[in-house]
Amino acid sequence: MPEQFLFAMEVILNGLMAGVLYALVALGFVLIFKASGIFNYAQGVMALFAALTLVGIMDGQIPFSHIINAIFGTELHHFGWHVPALLAIILTAGVMVVFAWLVQRYIFRHLVNQEPIILFMATIGLAYFLEGVGDLMWGSDIKKLDVGLPQGINDWIDVTTFEAFGYGFFIDNLDISATIVAVFLVAALIMFSQYTKQGRALRAVADDHQAALSVGISLNFIWVLVWSIAGFVALVAGIMWGAKSGVQFSLSLIALKALPVLMLGGFTSIPGAIVGGLIIGVGEKLFEFLIGPMVGGATENWFAYVLALLFLVFRPQGLFGEKIIERV
Amino acid sequence: MNALTGGNYTTADGRKIGNTMMEMKNITLRFGGVVAIKDISFDINEGEIRAIIGPNGAGKSSMLNVISGFYNPQEGEVWFHGKKRPQMRPYQVARQGIARTFQNIALFEGMSVLDNVMTGRLTHMKSGMLSQMIWKGKAEKEETENREVVEKVIDFLEIQAIRKTPVGRLPYGLKKRVELARALAAEPKLLLLDEPMAGMNVEEKEDMSRFILDVNDEFGTTIALIEHDMGVVMDLSDRVVVMDYGKKIGDGTPDEVRNNQEVIDAYLGVAHD
Ligand SMILES: Nc1ncnc2c1ncn2[C@@H]1O[C@H](COP(=O)(O)OP(=O)(O)O)[C@@H](O)[C@H]1O
Ligand SMILES: [Mg+2]
Repeated sequence: MPEQFLFAMEVILNGLMAGVLYALVALGFVLIFKASGIFNYAQGVMALFAALTLVGIMDGQIPFSHIINAIFGTELHHFGWHVPALLAIILTAGVMVVFAWLVQRYIFRHLVNQEPIILFMATIGLAYFLEGVGDLMWGSDIKKLDVGLPQGINDWIDVTTFEAFGYGFFIDNLDISATIVAVFLVAALIMFSQYTKQGRALRAVADDHQAALSVGISLNFIWVLVWSIAGFVALVAGIMWGAKSGVQFSLSLIALKALPVLMLGGFTSIPGAIVGGLIIGVGEKLFEFLIGPMVGGATENWFAYVLALLFLVFRPQGLFGEKIIERV
Repeated sequence: MNALTGGNYTTADGRKIGNTMMEMKNITLRFGGVVAIKDISFDINEGEIRAIIGPNGAGKSSMLNVISGFYNPQEGEVWFHGKKRPQMRPYQVARQGIARTFQNIALFEGMSVLDNVMTGRLTHMKSGMLSQMIWKGKAEKEETENREVVEKVIDFLEIQAIRKTPVGRLPYGLKKRVELARALAAEPKLLLLDEPMAGMNVEEKEDMSRFILDVNDEFGTTIALIEHDMGVVMDLSDRVVVMDYGKKIGDGTPDEVRNNQEVIDAYLGVAHD
């Protein structure tokens, strides 16, 4: 088999793994957008905040220690304990539920029936506010996140592919576990939305608010629920990203990569978010591999946006969105 | 006031009408400067078909929206089953057993007919998220019961043939029927219908009239309905409230209302579509 082809195969596999992360962030966007029409600019920051909180809880960091120390002249930093990963993840999920409730109670409840642009502005405000709170609570240094997921090159794949093709694929164990976790997460979400009372209510709210009210659904409850789920999805994305490249504030920038994913997949389609994420992940890796060397590299920075732009021109509804026909 | 106020009588066709189920007392509803409802009182008896009629813009839909909690009146009280109702959100009203349809159809367009009707059962679903996801025992039994009710309603309204069709693809008349099916699936004590026959052809209107009568007769459901077509109202209803410019100008049996001079002047007399 020609070497180039094998290289490309490896690149595609790695692209798929990267795409899983984009898909997860995009999924958070789609959930909130479908249920409430809010384009949540803060989704990326939520992933950052969740990861920061998780590390903070695991390491027994004292939240707001900088402020406490500044006011009382103390030197507090740590509780002096370590919390096991699983317990910390559950606690962090709890924090994200509280966050969801606060967001609904103090922001969006007061903005019902407002223009989408106003809701969007509110989420921009929320994003910067949350970033600030994250900084104040847990500090701005880069943190290592290790929840016990396997790391490093997968030897089995390396050896097997070497024996088969004479070329060993390098696939990171972390990427493999991230993919498995993401698959389970999506499966659970689908089960939830298809088979539970709350899932049915969620789909109803996403379809028609008036009708949902008339069958006894509390919009407020559903919105808290959907922000909680988005918070949980953000936590999973934050864990994966954090485990890979450390928990740092640039994490919130992945939100921007989710934008082209949404333009590909459509803003209201869950399969769209997943497929869009994978396409962008594979596309940008493959493009860098094939075309990158000809144009001096670093194409990963802009490839996704150019692809999204092409989609905007030729298929504005995205891959899975309904065709938009202007009513006249 | 008329002979039938207070309820407890048997109709000419032998249906039993019970006590007062709902009482609206001195309701006033304003939108900025517009007074949609001016100091209106009326009651609905258990088991009866109560119509609200009046020209366009009279405030009929507003009244239905007050009953279903979509609008909160500035003045007045709503009494339900002998108790004064505190201010309620629409979902709370729905959970009390009051189901409704809308003048401008509000369906879940992306869902199938079956799924739409199934949402009518949400108020009856109790099992928690976890037990439902694990999908055993209680949740399964509840699901079976809900499906039975839904299938019964679908049979009743003769929409078996379209049960898997996405609602967005249905013609107008069938959408109205699906909306009624969803409301019925909730097994409501009180059913509110906002112009259930608007925009239908004669045949569809006849079908809908028959369904409304059958619902009332077979399930004993109390019905309050808004209708534009006087003929239909006279055939269907036990008592009629007539509204005009936000005021109540008549209240009584179809015959009483038909012969009320104020009603004739204000509503029947004027030419309308
Ligand atoms: N949500 C609303 N906001 C402002 N005005 C309203 C609203 N709903 C109804 N109105 C006004 O209240 C009056 C009565 O309307 P409506 O109850 O829809 O009448 P009907 O159903 O009898 O045709 C109209 O003047 C209408 O414009
Ligand atoms: Mg109306």
